[in-house]
Amino acid sequence: MIWIVKNLWLIPALPLFAAGIIAVNKQPARKLAATLAIGSMALGFLLSLCALAATLGHHGEGAFRETFSFNWIQFGGQWMSIGWVLDPLTAIMLVMVTFVGMLIFIFSVGYMSHDKNFMRFFNFLALFASGMLGVVIANNLFLLFVSWEIVGLTSYLLIGFWYHKPSAAAAAKKAFITTRIGDLGLLLGMVWLYAQTGTLNFYTPEHTGCLEASALAGMVSKTIFGGMMVSTAIGLLIFLGAVGKSGQVPLHVWLPDAMEGPTPVSALIHAATMVAAGVFLVARVYPLMAAGAAPVEHGAPITTALTVVTWVGAITAIFAATIAVAQNDIKRILAYSTVSQLGYMMMGLGVGGVAVGMFHLITHAFFKALLFLGSGSVIHGCHEEQDVRKMGGLKKYMPITFVVYAIGMLALAGFPLFFSGFWSKDEILHHASLWSVSHVPFYLGCCGALFTAFYMTRQMGLVFFGSYRGHEESSHSAHGHSHSAHSSESAHSHDPHESPAVMTVPLIILAGFAILLGVIGTPAWPWFDAYLNGELADLQIKFSNLAESAGLMGVSALIVLTGITVGWILYGKRQRKTAAEKDVLEAAQPAIFKLLENKYFIDEIYEATIIRFNAFAAWLCDFADKWIFGGAVFLVKYLTIGSSWLYRLTDENVVNGGFDLGCGSIRGSGGGLSKLHSGRVQTYLRIIGVALVALIIFLIWGRIA
Amino acid sequence: MTPLQTCLLVSALLFSIGFAGAVTRRHAILVLIGIELMLNAANLNLIAFWRFSAHPEALTGFIFVLFSMAMAGAEAAVGLALIIAIYRHKKTSNLDEVKELKG
Amino acid sequence: MSPFFIITAVVTLLGAVFAMSLRNLVHCALAMAVAFSGVAAMFLQLDAQFAGFAEILVYVGAIAILIVFAILLTRSGETPEKSVLTSGWWAGIAVTAMVFTILGWAILSSSAVPKDLPAAPVATVKNIGDALMTKYVLPLEIIGLVLTAAMIGAVIIALKEDKKDNSGGEQ
Repeated sequence: MIWIVKNLWLIPALPLFAAGIIAVNKQPARKLAATLAIGSMALGFLLSLCALAATLGHHGEGAFRETFSFNWIQFGGQWMSIGWVLDPLTAIMLVMVTFVGMLIFIFSVGYMSHDKNFMRFFNFLALFASGMLGVVIANNLFLLFVSWEIVGLTSYLLIGFWYHKPSAAAAAKKAFITTRIGDLGLLLGMVWLYAQTGTLNFYTPEHTGCLEASALAGMVSKTIFGGMMVSTAIGLLIFLGAVGKSGQVPLHVWLPDAMEGPTPVSALIHAATMVAAGVFLVARVYPLMAAGAAPVEHGAPITTALTVVTWVGAITAIFAATIAVAQNDIKRILAYSTVSQLGYMMMGLGVGGVAVGMFHLITHAFFKALLFLGSGSVIHGCHEEQDVRKMGGLKKYMPITFVVYAIGMLALAGFPLFFSGFWSKDEILHHASLWSVSHVPFYLGCCGALFTAFYMTRQMGLVFFGSYRGHEESSHSAHGHSHSAHSSESAHSHDPHESPAVMTVPLIILAGFAILLGVIGTPAWPWFDAYLNGELADLQIKFSNLAESAGLMGVSALIVLTGITVGWILYGKRQRKTAAEKDVLEAAQPAIFKLLENKYFIDEIYEATIIRFNAFAAWLCDFADKWIFGGAVFLVKYLTIGSSWLYRLTDENVVNGGFDLGCGSIRGSGGGLSKLHSGRVQTYLRIIGVALVALIIFLIWGRIA
Repeated sequence: MTPLQTCLLVSALLFSIGFAGAVTRRHAILVLIGIELMLNAANLNLIAFWRFSAHPEALTGFIFVLFSMAMAGAEAAVGLALIIAIYRHKKTSNLDEVKELKG
Repeated sequence: MSPFFIITAVVTLLGAVFAMSLRNLVHCALAMAVAFSGVAAMFLQLDAQFAGFAEILVYVGAIAILIVFAILLTRSGETPEKSVLTSGWWAGIAVTAMVFTILGWAILSSSAVPKDLPAAPVATVKNIGDALMTKYVLPLEIIGLVLTAAMIGAVIIALKEDKKDNSGGEQ
């Protein structure tokens, strides 16, 4: 057992200790909090690099996969063991989470420097990091679930970080409850899996894990109603957890509202890591979802579970992309974009396999974190203004932010060749076009790519080009959505300003990766695919491979350029003059625009149906509790009182009375009998005489008889 | 009626008279007199049975009577001593008033 | 039965009746002495001469005298004014009647009564003495003890603080 596998637990443990130490320290100890958090993440990053190196240096058959388990708890006579696993999937996620996390922590030092709850922020961030890293390394579905819940908890705490704002508190509650619905599916799937296979460990050295061949064969052979295989059913239940956490339709409603949290939170949790945890979960239990299918030469096996995943992903991708077109809050555009890209990731997993989905996840983490941090920089520079209609022309005020934001936008839109988003999205579309079940996801994906390019260009045009529209309502813009500490700053500087170096350096680093990461997954050098699948990678760059998919690459390049062009025409060149001006699209198609702006009224539909139903159910339960259970308690109370009254009655009258009666009769009879003792001799003599008579009678009669 | 029955009846009558006096009269000494009469009736009974028994030469009844008389004497002595002692104590020989043991 | 027996019986019974019903105690004692004498005469008629004489000696000679002494010592010689009968005397009479009835009935209905007068037994003093000394020596000794105890007991019971002892039973 190589040392890194045995000590893999340190990677989530270090941020956990950091969180603990920060929690118990007296405020304010900002330098300590920041140092601990960033230091733990940096150490974790170094350890993750060691883990990556270990997996890279593997010379064996199949993928490197080493586990470490220990007995944790005893159920009756059986021990339940938990542990962690190190395989390529784990290693790549560890590196991504620790690296992006570290950069975002550094960014937060600058972003939250004016906030008086600095320590609490870093405490929650470190706790989140430990939970997320726990999800990544878990070899046991139960340990994964526990870390999953920690991640959900810290997401709630961080979304509602400014809890005195009612909208933030409501958003935090909404996030928690919506993901909880998904977690219920995960829990059910976990229980069923344990019942089926008797173990929750994914992989064990003895090949008894629930994702290994023997367990899967058992689950494939059993079917439940409708002929669905048990593995499909369990896979779908676990996917339900991923739907909640990764914001797929219909549980996507919490993600846009989660933008109430501070921007680093949005970047870390709701772009790069936590929402990716759902995708990671599907990738982790991929053998379960792909079980029972005939292998195909290209892409993912065709099973019911993976088909469902693909469809949900595709629908989410197009759904969110259309909504993003009509949003006016800079973070909300990015939030819907995240939902859409998560749909792409799911679709990638469904049609292309683990490598395709994970590649897009890694690239997305970098450029989405970049975009969010960039938007944070913009918001910080515009004095907490978040409405894009009130921004504009920031190109000249915040040049560094403009450049890195442009890089991120091009990566997200999938600008051909140089940006990682192009390669990763192209992989997904390539496998979708080859999907034998249906070509509809491919078309939906293409439309989604068109819309993605369009709305990102719209956003860039409204924010960075034209002239600054924020002066008109500067008195209102000072009182933004967040803390009031900035109002003093806006008093002496209405113009937006560039962010300090502590905020821009991470942006630059992320931008670099947004460009370079594409390299690892291009068809010319398909190292990532081979690495994840455990095949020996062909390390030669083969430009010839590009020729295969040249047709598709051309098509997607065309789509992206079309989207960017239309967006530029509508929003780049023709700039709106005032903030209150109607949007171009709104003027053209007011009805559709209103529909999109209101997110298809999904929240309102939920409110009218599910929430109402929930309120009714709550009222019903309250009624039942008060009258049925309360009534039962009442009944028991009165029964008890009645029976105790009866008992008292019995005790007083029957027992006491009987006893008294007995004693009274004894006393009475004693009193009566004592009258025989008259003390007078002659009475005694008389009695003796009577007795004599009786005795004689007795004797004579005895004799006679 | 056989002679024995006559004797026995006489003794029974004597016994009853003695008994009647013992349970009816107020004075203690009269109770004692009644008791002596009862004892005498018993002695008479015994002598009658001895006389009319199958083997009078065994003298069983006779000796019994002798002892009975001796006991009667002893008993009369003690009884009268008791009556004198009670008289000294309570200044009365009225048995109705000697109820210390009542209850 | 011989008329002598009847007369003796009548005398005895009359004496007993008077002994029990007279008001003056001394008269009762004297009537009792008469009753005792009658019983002694009946003993003589039943060929129990020694018993008859012993009766005279013991009962009339000692017990009757003793009773007279006790009457004198308890100052009961005067005729009482109040009723001589105890309370509830009718219950006593009833009980007596019952007793006599049952005894009489027992006697009269008994079938174990011999019809004839057997031969006169020989109850000489010598025979009695022999019997006392041989067959009944144990009761004799015990009687001696009892009499001693009775005498001592009577003395102690009637003892006054100033040691004025009365006459105890003598035999």
